Amino acid sequence: MKLNRRIVLAAAAAAVAMMAGASTAAMADIKFGVAAEPYAPYSSKDASGKWVGWEIDLMNQLCAQMNEKCELVEVAWDGIIPALTSKQIDVIWSSMSITDERKKTIDFSDMYYNTPSNVIGQKNGDTDIAPDHLKGKIIGVQVSTTHERYAQKYFAPAGAEIKTYSTQDEANNDLAAGRVDYIQADSTALDAFLKTEQGKQCCELKGTVPDDTSVLGFGVGAGVRKEDTALKEKINAAIAELAKQKKFAEITKNYPDLQGIIATPEK
Amino acid sequence: MNFDLLKMLIKGIVVLILVGILAGLIYWLLTVSQWSWMSVYYTLLIKGLWLTLLLWIFSCILGMIFAIPIGLVQVTGPSWLAALAKGYCTVIRGTPLLLQLWLIYYGLGSLFPKIAMVFPDFRTDFMWLIRLDAFWYALLAFTLSFAGYEGEIMRGAFLGVPRGELEAARAIGMSPWKVLTRVWFPRAVRLVLPTLAGEVVLQLKSTPLAMTVTVMDLAGVVRNRITQDTYIVYEPLMLLAVIYMCLTFLTVWAFSYIEKKVPQKR
Amino acid sequence: MAGQPGFPEILAFGPTGYGDELLFGAAVSVAIAILAYTLGLLIGLIGAMSKLYGSPLTRAIMQGYTTLVRAVPELILILILYYAGTATLNRLLESSGFAAIAINGFAAAVLVLGFVQGAYSTEVLRAAIQAIPVGQMEAARAYGMSPWLIFRRITVPSMLPYAIPGLANLWLIVTKDTALIAVVGYTELALATRQAAGNTKMYFTFFMSAGLIYLIITLVSQKGFALLEKRVRRGQRKLT
Repeated sequence: MKLNRRIVLAAAAAAVAMMAGASTAAMADIKFGVAAEPYAPYSSKDASGKWVGWEIDLMNQLCAQMNEKCELVEVAWDGIIPALTSKQIDVIWSSMSITDERKKTIDFSDMYYNTPSNVIGQKNGDTDIAPDHLKGKIIGVQVSTTHERYAQKYFAPAGAEIKTYSTQDEANNDLAAGRVDYIQADSTALDAFLKTEQGKQCCELKGTVPDDTSVLGFGVGAGVRKEDTALKEKINAAIAELAKQKKFAEITKNYPDLQGIIATPEK
Repeated sequence: MNFDLLKMLIKGIVVLILVGILAGLIYWLLTVSQWSWMSVYYTLLIKGLWLTLLLWIFSCILGMIFAIPIGLVQVTGPSWLAALAKGYCTVIRGTPLLLQLWLIYYGLGSLFPKIAMVFPDFRTDFMWLIRLDAFWYALLAFTLSFAGYEGEIMRGAFLGVPRGELEAARAIGMSPWKVLTRVWFPRAVRLVLPTLAGEVVLQLKSTPLAMTVTVMDLAGVVRNRITQDTYIVYEPLMLLAVIYMCLTFLTVWAFSYIEKKVPQKR
Repeated sequence: MAGQPGFPEILAFGPTGYGDELLFGAAVSVAIAILAYTLGLLIGLIGAMSKLYGSPLTRAIMQGYTTLVRAVPELILILILYYAGTATLNRLLESSGFAAIAINGFAAAVLVLGFVQGAYSTEVLRAAIQAIPVGQMEAARAYGMSPWLIFRRITVPSMLPYAIPGLANLWLIVTKDTALIAVVGYTELALATRQAAGNTKMYFTFFMSAGLIYLIITLVSQKGFALLEKRVRRGQRKLT
């Protein structure tokens, strides 16, 4: 009985230590929250389990510039803002656009890239994406994105049905399957999809939606909590410094499909 | 060891924590929480509640209908059918419902382009199948799941009916079908009613999973619409919890009412 | 996806296959399940004893706990506790002067699932303890055994045979509930599978493989519990 008790106590202590270690070990690091879904070419997990992409490269450069240790934490996209406000993560680094709506809850750094919003659809040659032309069609968007707001604001009142997905990847799959007629999302992400086997077979680019900064925002920025002004300043300084050192162009060189489309702080 | 002192200490700490939580909850409810979103979204919420109820009730009814032969064949039937049924129940009960749901929705979805490549007319001829709303996929997944769990329970129920009653029924000349419908099945159902209440509640608690495949049921409306539009996280979830609690209590009460009405001679 | 290996190379270990990611996810799932189950058992023991031998206040609190937790879907509870739990905990810690703890997904999952399991375990253990023949307890008290000794030597060993079927069922439930953590974005087996399937578009392959892994975990657990039941019921009449 004595031996059993010691074993049980040791196991309990180990369990508590493991959980405590998992919790507090990374306290000094800045936690960068990334959506736990493939979002090529910005952030996706390759077959070896490593996170790769334009945004990931930029994150590594940013952290080197800030001289901080950064930890990449995966969170669900549809819970990424609550994760920030409840301190699960410190920075949202997941292609989140700066909008006034979001600014009511969180704060943003300066923008680090901007791309237009596109619509792609089934291959049938019809490239009219005026709202009244889309009446009766089904449009897929990712939940909680500026593209969803845009679709709800312009296409839904015109009679289109909006289907929301928790990840962009699912929306792409359903477009390929034929469950939706169009999807609206970031142009470069959709380009990456159209270049895949699946995308090439099913779909084609329909057009770029007319810009509306009140809905689509002012580009992508890093989300921080409203009270973390020091962190925001640090990130802004690092972004400015990286722009000065032309690091953005260097990163984009590895992603030739982004060249010419992506707008960065480097002018 | 001074057991009583330790007990009092632990009790004291627990009571303190609970009182603290309760006080914090009441304070939050009265002052900080925002409920203005309800007036904007109540139509969506009602539609979502309706979808949840449809998913829940129909998956239970259809699942039960499938569960009866699945359970019965394991007790009587040819051994290969029984093995098939047992395998079905094992697989359903051994894998998470979430995985089954994703397999049905995304797995089948990934098949459509492949079929369209081989049969070019697939898209136009089977448009209705491709455009089938995610609700039906969720209904299918939940029905199959309920059938798997209830099949196992019905097997126990059919086994639990006393042999003597079945033998007596055969002895007075009832055909096997009559024995099944007049004696075996009713007795089995009465045996299983208490468990059934719990199972129906469990099925209700599985319905929120549908929100992961674009179904706008109650949980979907709360998480994929309200929280995303307004960035209010906790109040809608609380409302959701309260609604599910009410549905659960209704179910438990309804089943205990049925149990009282159904005579169970001991 | 040119150059992408097909089945079964895609399931291999190493940098081009997803096999190691799936198995790592499975290990995470099992680890969460074990810790949550243990936590649930602890809460269940305390809860069962309070419900049976506690004061009316304690009984009311435990009744409220079990009823509420068993009436709300696990997914909703996980969502509430994952975001609200860490937020309130950090706010409490900060307002009382301590630094905020970053509760990562693993710890949050264990705490939430353990909390939920505790409610179910309370009911199972309570029913099991109530099934112990009263005579044994009376005899123990007649011998002058202290409550702790009674608990250790009589209650726990005697209630185990009655509890094992329910506890086995709870273990199966917790292993499957770990899949729900995928909704908050923590990588265990279900999310790892979805990520791999999303990257490669081989949905059937990966979901079937994940299903197989869960099935293996289930079958092994069932065998384990059957052995445990045999050992715990040694000397007693066999169940049919």
